[in-house]
Amino acid sequence: MRKPIPLQVLLVEDNAGDVRLTQEAFKNVDIPIQLHVAPDGGEAIAFLRNEGEHKNAPRPDLLLLDLNLPKMHGHDVLALIKKDESLKSIPTVILTTSQEEADVTQTYQLQANCYLSKPVQLEAFETLVKNISDFWLTTVKLPQRQSG
Amino acid sequence: MPTHVLLVEDNPGDVQLTQEAFREANVYIQLHVVTDGVEAMRFLKREGTHTLAPRPDLILLDLNLPRMDGREVLFQIKTNANLQTIPVVILTTSQAETDIVKSYELHANCYLNKPVEWDAFASLVKSINDFWLTKVRLPQQRLREADLYSKNGLEQVSGASFSKPRMR
Repeated sequence: MRKPIPLQVLLVEDNAGDVRLTQEAFKNVDIPIQLHVAPDGGEAIAFLRNEGEHKNAPRPDLLLLDLNLPKMHGHDVLALIKKDESLKSIPTVILTTSQEEADVTQTYQLQANCYLSKPVQLEAFETLVKNISDFWLTTVKLPQRQSG
Repeated sequence: MPTHVLLVEDNPGDVQLTQEAFREANVYIQLHVVTDGVEAMRFLKREGTHTLAPRPDLILLDLNLPRMDGREVLFQIKTNANLQTIPVVILTTSQAETDIVKSYELHANCYLNKPVEWDAFASLVKSINDFWLTKVRLPQQRLREADLYSKNGLEQVSGASFSKPRMR
């Protein structure tokens, strides 16, 4: 049941510092992962639908979605994904600094798979990325990747 | 306040394993058990003998259940405006790709395979505890409900506890 190619993770995050941190943290996990980055919601949707320059983009095994994004809010990206027949089975993890209860409730209503608060400190952030890798990319049964 | 987990599982052996594994993983968890899908929906809607049931923080749902299938339970939870925010973890022996995809399409929060061996099972329950009940930010609806109960005074609670379960 081992997948021969690395697991594909799409990070939707506009903050360059957070992107960098996530990339670094994923380098430390012990399974092969290819991290793709979309800096806003529109890019994320184009990536997922293989539009424009993303026509060869792989289908992500997991999506990490920030909420406060330019142009299109994370809630809208999430709603689009979870209403799209061909995309809704992709597990979508909310990864945000927002601690607002309204955001937590709303994202679960929009069928987010889980909500994680992004810690500010580097060490805690690295631990969280390791937790995501250990749970979502190792323990959980993900839908098998479609060819293409 | 303890964390409430609802286990929907018909196999008594698996129920016992889960209870023991949670006792090892986290003593602050209150594990509630229902053995079929119909009973699960009654628990969640506080019907019948479940008028005082707490709102679970997490649901562990088997797929193959008597009376109402796990897929139907999942569909009913995730299309119910009051219940859909409760994370549902599918915990099943099924490895069928159609079950995995269908569960995610029905908005299961995640899908886990139940291992047969005790050590692997205990370690899976520990992972569920460490991730879902420790790292994940869960909705706080239950706390707000608890607030409402205390504000409304004891009447409602004691009234319910002395009344006979409603016959259906």
